[in-house]
Amino acid sequence: MKRLLSGNEAVAQGAWEASVKVASAYPGTPSTEILETLAPYPNVYAEWAPNEKVALDSAIGAAYAGRRALCTMKHVGVNVAADSLFYVAMTGSEAGLVIVSADDPSMHSSQNEQDNRQFARFTRIPCLEPADSQEAKDMTIAAFELSEQFDTPVLLRLTTRVCHTSAPVEVFPDQKTHPPIPDKYPRNPNKYVMIPANARIHHPIIEKRIRKLADYAESSPLNIAEIRSLELGIVTSGIAYQYAREVFPDASVLKLGMVYPLPEKLIQDFASEVKNLIVLKELDPFIEEQLRLMGIKLYVPKDAEKAYRPGSKSIFPLCGELNPVVVRTSAEAAGLLPPALTTPSAPSQLKIPNRPPMLCPGCPHRATFYNLRKMKWPVAGDIGCYALGVVPPLSAIHTCGCMGAGIGVAHGAAVAGDTEQHVAVIGDSTFFHTGIPALMNVAYNQSNVITIIMDNRITGMTGHQQNPGTGKTLQQKDTIEVNIEAMVHAMGIQEVKTVNAFSVKEVSDTLKSWKDLDKPAVLITKGECALLPNARKGWMPLRIDSTKCIGCDICIRTGCPALRKSDLIHEKNGRHLTEIDPQQCTGCEVCAQVCPQNAILFREQVLAELSIDQEVN
Amino acid sequence: MSTTTALSQNPKAVNFLLAGVGGQGAILASNVLAELGIALGFDVKQAEIHGMSQRGGSVTSQVRWSDHVYSPTIPPGEADFLIAFEKSEAVRFIHHLKPSGILLVNNHAIVPVTVTSGAEAYPLHEEIQQELNGYTNNIVWIEGVVEARKAGNVKSSNVVMLGALSKFFKYPSNTWLSVLEQRVPARYIDINIKAFEAGRNLIQN
Repeated sequence: MKRLLSGNEAVAQGAWEASVKVASAYPGTPSTEILETLAPYPNVYAEWAPNEKVALDSAIGAAYAGRRALCTMKHVGVNVAADSLFYVAMTGSEAGLVIVSADDPSMHSSQNEQDNRQFARFTRIPCLEPADSQEAKDMTIAAFELSEQFDTPVLLRLTTRVCHTSAPVEVFPDQKTHPPIPDKYPRNPNKYVMIPANARIHHPIIEKRIRKLADYAESSPLNIAEIRSLELGIVTSGIAYQYAREVFPDASVLKLGMVYPLPEKLIQDFASEVKNLIVLKELDPFIEEQLRLMGIKLYVPKDAEKAYRPGSKSIFPLCGELNPVVVRTSAEAAGLLPPALTTPSAPSQLKIPNRPPMLCPGCPHRATFYNLRKMKWPVAGDIGCYALGVVPPLSAIHTCGCMGAGIGVAHGAAVAGDTEQHVAVIGDSTFFHTGIPALMNVAYNQSNVITIIMDNRITGMTGHQQNPGTGKTLQQKDTIEVNIEAMVHAMGIQEVKTVNAFSVKEVSDTLKSWKDLDKPAVLITKGECALLPNARKGWMPLRIDSTKCIGCDICIRTGCPALRKSDLIHEKNGRHLTEIDPQQCTGCEVCAQVCPQNAILFREQVLAELSIDQEVN
Repeated sequence: MSTTTALSQNPKAVNFLLAGVGGQGAILASNVLAELGIALGFDVKQAEIHGMSQRGGSVTSQVRWSDHVYSPTIPPGEADFLIAFEKSEAVRFIHHLKPSGILLVNNHAIVPVTVTSGAEAYPLHEEIQQELNGYTNNIVWIEGVVEARKAGNVKSSNVVMLGALSKFFKYPSNTWLSVLEQRVPARYIDINIKAFEAGRNLIQN
């Protein structure tokens, strides 16, 4: 039966058909839906782990125990999990282990666009790269089989366009037979204890393994030579294959489903058949460089500017994702295609307002950023919705690098002797991810950093995933809620306070009282994400009393999308009065708290009005 | 406009670009188009971008029907239909439309915070009309919100747009509705059928 599945859904389906027993992950765009899709399937344990390294260790543990295991993450998650990836590359496992890296060319939701095929070469493990949803499913199954055949973890590399494109996929209602599960936990310290004596033995083993995999790649059904016109041959893989077929429908194509290790003879044979050979891939010259090392002659572009230099690519751009237009224009510039006869229409020159992502109406982070902007302290941000505290008019964040970085960055500035009051902001899920060791460092080395843990009771930006603070697991079981305040106390930090995230004054008073303290302090701002089902039940739009509003715009500085300028103009000062969009307002009252004219009605006032209306009617 | 400019009875390949603002239902509409393509026997790809774009940002989704779809994204200038759920978003993506393509645009403005805060301006309706007319003669303005409200839920304007779109194909209403019914929650089916028919009735034969 064929079903419309995204690449992510297809990976989940493939893992299930392959009888995966354990799946562990930390959410991250564009990978998140894999585990969300897999979690409700029968016969599988699926969990959110606090971070990608923990997730990978968990999957490795299951694979050591003889159960097929899956670990999924976004590309930068592999950086976090890298330590574990390297040791499991050395040890192999008892049952299949598949690690999914969902890369994000063009950085639709990421801080970089690293090309994680490099990790396969770095760690000496095979890397498969599907080009559509059907292949995402098929290669997930193939990856488990390869993992067992060669005793190696397998990296399945996706990209955003594969993850989030839906296409028909053949699905089966039954699971394949799982390899025999050992009766007793296998004890094999020579294989699984990577003390130097064992590790020295293992290194040549994995070098030999990668050579065997390269031999396998020569005849693997994952790599397919499609012979058409011999004028042009294209070596390609993943989503770039689709662009190759779209832009060069007549060209011969060597489609690599396995991008590491490469099948040298297959590529040599293909190269010798075609007149001109090019490599068509996104991001790093991962394949192109290896072909050059093999001594394979690649097409030399007409444009001298594009002459090959080590580390560069000769025809297609290094930065950003490809699409048919980028491929076509690059090919035209290189003399591979004649110039197009018609140029597509140019984008409109009419000025259209931008729609930058903003903190939502009712966001529990707004009151804190409103205060921080007023205080003008340097603020180290982190990864999550609250990174949007950087957007005007809040403009409250000054650094944001990667998960868990903010606390360390603020600490570094403080111990470096910078005399301003340094602040770090971090969400609940990011705190659990990598914030805890950083805060322990602040506590241990006693910098006077103020850490604000913005506990919105969910992993927000990736679309509401449970985490160790929420009391629910991925598979919707009730569980503990980590007590953040108690944990901070346990680190030995004395100045700890939990406040209502929506209270502008509580946040402000606490921060002011801690300014220039000579020791660490932690503020926990607690307030549910406004988009959670429970929070939605309490939505109630507020109203502005136009007889009191003077159009001073102080409420607008909270950056709430529900506030807008009305057509009404103040009699004396000529300013536009502000109004509230009832479709958007949730009634969080942050604007009402900051209004110096008391022109914005609080919930109680709105309710009182309503009851008067009812009495009158 | 009439459907005389519509595609031939049995199109070989169709590219739909859907553009709107987060929360308008562009993704649901594109899901319906993708499932419909499969039901009609096409190979189909549907591409969207998740992530930060969900939060008040502009949202696009692309659906391609063909005997074999390669690229999930439609090259600029190759969309047969641009379905814009918000009128300034129609301007943002109008250059993606084929010269012979058809624009269905919801006569609805969602004013972003960049405008309400005074940093940017929202263009006048006449400016938008004039700009779009410069790209194509095949423009259908749709009172999506008005029709959706009449159908019983202001949020069903995405389905009003689908109803209007359906008139450009020769497939019967039921072909569309059977796919739509699988994609919307049971308690909203009646409203969505009404919204679909309302959209369909906006287009003359």
